[in-house]
Amino acid sequence: MHIGIDVGGTNTDAVLMNGVHVLAGVKHSTTPDVTSGIVQAIEDLRTGHEFVGSDIDAVMIGTTHFINALVQAKRLAPTAALRLGLPATKALPPLVDWPEDLIEAISGKSYLAHGGYEFDGRPISPLDPGELRAHAADMKAAGIRSVAISSVFSPVNHDLEVEAGRIVAEELGPDVAISLSHEIGRIGLLERENATIINAALRELASEIVDGLTTAVRAQGIDAPIFLSQNDGTLMDEDYVRLYPVATFASGPTNSMRGAALTSGLETCAVVDVGGTTTDVGLLMNGFPRETSNEVKVAGIRTNFRMPDVLSLGIGGGSIVDTETGEVGPESVGYRLTTEALVFGGSTLTATDIAVAAGRADIGDASKVAHLDSAFVERVLARIAERVSEAVDRMRTSPEPIPVVAVGGGSILLPEHLELFGAVRRPENYAVANAIGASIAQVGGEIDKVYAIEPGRREEAIAAVRAEAIDKAVAAGAKPSSVEIVDFDEVPIPYLPGNATRIRVKAVGDLDMGA
Amino acid sequence: MSWTISENDISDLARGAAVLGTGGGGDPYIGALLATQALRAHGDVTVVTLDEVPADAVVLTVAMMGAPTVMVEKLPSLDEVTAPVLALGTYLGRPVTHVACAEIGGVNSTIPIAAAAALGLPLLDADGMGRAFPELQMVLPTLYDITASPLAFSDEKGNIGVLQTVDNKWTERIARVACVEMGCSVMISGFPMSGDQAREALVPGSLSRCVEIGKQIMLAREDKADPVQRIVDLLGGRELFAGKVIDVQRATTTGFARGRARIEGPDSTLTLSFQNEHLIAEEDGRILTTTPDLIIVLEHDSGEPITTEALRYGQRIRVIGAPSDERWHTVPALAMVGPGYFGYDLPPHRFDGTIEARPGVAA
Repeated sequence: MHIGIDVGGTNTDAVLMNGVHVLAGVKHSTTPDVTSGIVQAIEDLRTGHEFVGSDIDAVMIGTTHFINALVQAKRLAPTAALRLGLPATKALPPLVDWPEDLIEAISGKSYLAHGGYEFDGRPISPLDPGELRAHAADMKAAGIRSVAISSVFSPVNHDLEVEAGRIVAEELGPDVAISLSHEIGRIGLLERENATIINAALRELASEIVDGLTTAVRAQGIDAPIFLSQNDGTLMDEDYVRLYPVATFASGPTNSMRGAALTSGLETCAVVDVGGTTTDVGLLMNGFPRETSNEVKVAGIRTNFRMPDVLSLGIGGGSIVDTETGEVGPESVGYRLTTEALVFGGSTLTATDIAVAAGRADIGDASKVAHLDSAFVERVLARIAERVSEAVDRMRTSPEPIPVVAVGGGSILLPEHLELFGAVRRPENYAVANAIGASIAQVGGEIDKVYAIEPGRREEAIAAVRAEAIDKAVAAGAKPSSVEIVDFDEVPIPYLPGNATRIRVKAVGDLDMGA
Repeated sequence: MSWTISENDISDLARGAAVLGTGGGGDPYIGALLATQALRAHGDVTVVTLDEVPADAVVLTVAMMGAPTVMVEKLPSLDEVTAPVLALGTYLGRPVTHVACAEIGGVNSTIPIAAAAALGLPLLDADGMGRAFPELQMVLPTLYDITASPLAFSDEKGNIGVLQTVDNKWTERIARVACVEMGCSVMISGFPMSGDQAREALVPGSLSRCVEIGKQIMLAREDKADPVQRIVDLLGGRELFAGKVIDVQRATTTGFARGRARIEGPDSTLTLSFQNEHLIAEEDGRILTTTPDLIIVLEHDSGEPITTEALRYGQRIRVIGAPSDERWHTVPALAMVGPGYFGYDLPPHRFDGTIEARPGVAA
């Protein structure tokens, strides 16, 4: 048996699983402190289905703690950003496009030093240990407790980041955390560096949270390993979280999508999550969310770490309906639905009122919407179906048909059938789908680098990269026999000589639970 | 009338440049950030119109040469942007008085702003193309026998070269080799012109136009009007097609991001052929518009320009055809930038669908 817990901003879901079967599921409000929420969730599960600590093989936790800490600019460590690349990159130093309040929140200091590589691996300039020690001394004087190190083209060669990390650590001592950009992001210096700085700023909090989670779980008599969900739907162990907290950032939508898929039994599908204010449409391919190929802004900071590609529409249960045109949203009454919607005695026509008027839902007082013109109601619902259908169509990558899974409280707005896609599936157990998503026990390894491929040696080069990804998955805890390549992408880079090619490989396997 | 360009104009300008970039030029983010930083550090830049430029002015273009993919990793330094301008001034024996854009599209519309700010020089409200093209010599000054050479190039290390060549082909060949050696992202400055030559050879008003396009897209969105129609009106073009992208094929050959996209409309299919920029728009086998006129792809509702790299299945887009500078329609110009040069055996078609003189006849 294993336990999946998803700590969201509003609710904490937990499930006790036997393989892919849900033995018990619970849901309650998220508590401000990590420990008591987890304790309560595990105790509730015990009530639902008796177990002892030794029955549990693993505990998987999805959490929004880290992204919330960044968004609220709270509990962030004083952080320095050190970039290797002089004399290049001077015009745009680290932290260049950051919001002022966040630079303040991390007491951000920015340093440039020599080092870095050209696209083909030639050095830009040699590392200058004296320069690095001087920067480190300045960091020490400024009270820096975490350092992010980036280097030009470190996805091509990362040895200078490692070496600089060693020198800085010597000066600052073992209590200062070091985060290296090649371990966190991909090509695109500013975006990779930004993700690394965010990671660095969260390192202290990561240790605190991991300690809190561990204490809570151990206090329940559970000695099994603890894992956290990453953006891509795979797991990381507690030691990894202490080093790379930023990898948890988008685990919320990811766990919701994967949970929806698991409960519906589909590996490849579009997931339409209709909430109170928005409809989020995502795509699951072979059990994993499709990721954005673009830069993503988090708390106003441009980054390029992998996030699930989600298209949001301003349609939800609380969306305000224009009584003239019948258009829905983007304005929403939000949490005031239960006072402002017509069916609750309010005076605002919302999408929920339309669903009730059409007989799709039994919420509030249906007599309060009996006066609505049925042709108008049909028109509003048809328009919603049309917009959702179009969003799903935008998200898919080819004209191949794809099944649609609808989840969320607002999914009563969706019809039984969508044009182009057929029947809309509505899985059971949705209430705890996030926790189910978190409990899916897979780990992965990913490589994303630029390679100069010599003519005639393409196959050989690709095989080496694939092997590297598989090794990484095994190192992360995957059962070697179960590891598969789930994603492979090869993009030639224009204007570069020597067949420079960006190769991205992701390998995923089942978590080795020691059974 | 001269005007000043400040930090606040950059986002409009970058969006406008992406429209006129006709799909090429890559992500404008780094260039826009570079210009913003330079304006912040050195103050606003004065932009002067072509009729205000003194006859004896010394005008140079500034641009980035190399792979946009490299530039997002090996970010530039401002010294690297100013060095070739200063070096060329030294070589010419006269101080440079004005900076100009070689092309208006992508990163090369913002780098000259950074250069002008850092050098404290005025920028011309003009450019060499009125759009974007992939090769160095594809500028209107070439038609006036103004050569790229002497041309200076520099890297971030402080290496500077000045080329004096026999023609633009040699400039391109030698500069490309140097560019690769220097890490595939260099800053170049060239096409030295007097004020009179610039007045004659450049496309007037392109910077103002760029900012205006960017501004109108945002205003149209605020007014809940149609941003695409605003652009059509501003450029004096026509909407060629509206539909959904159903297929995009790409291959990188000979340094170009070549490819084809198919867009499905209610009754027909549009095929776009591109090599960095969009070159041919063809509806069910009927040619609608070809290079050198502008083929612009915009997001259906927001009017946000979409680069060829960002095109993908499922996008709802609208395609606009717009006239290029009249001088691009002369026979020698068509030999340089017409469909034939890019390997398409087609007569050039104007944005309104009319066929013009076959290129190569008298070039």
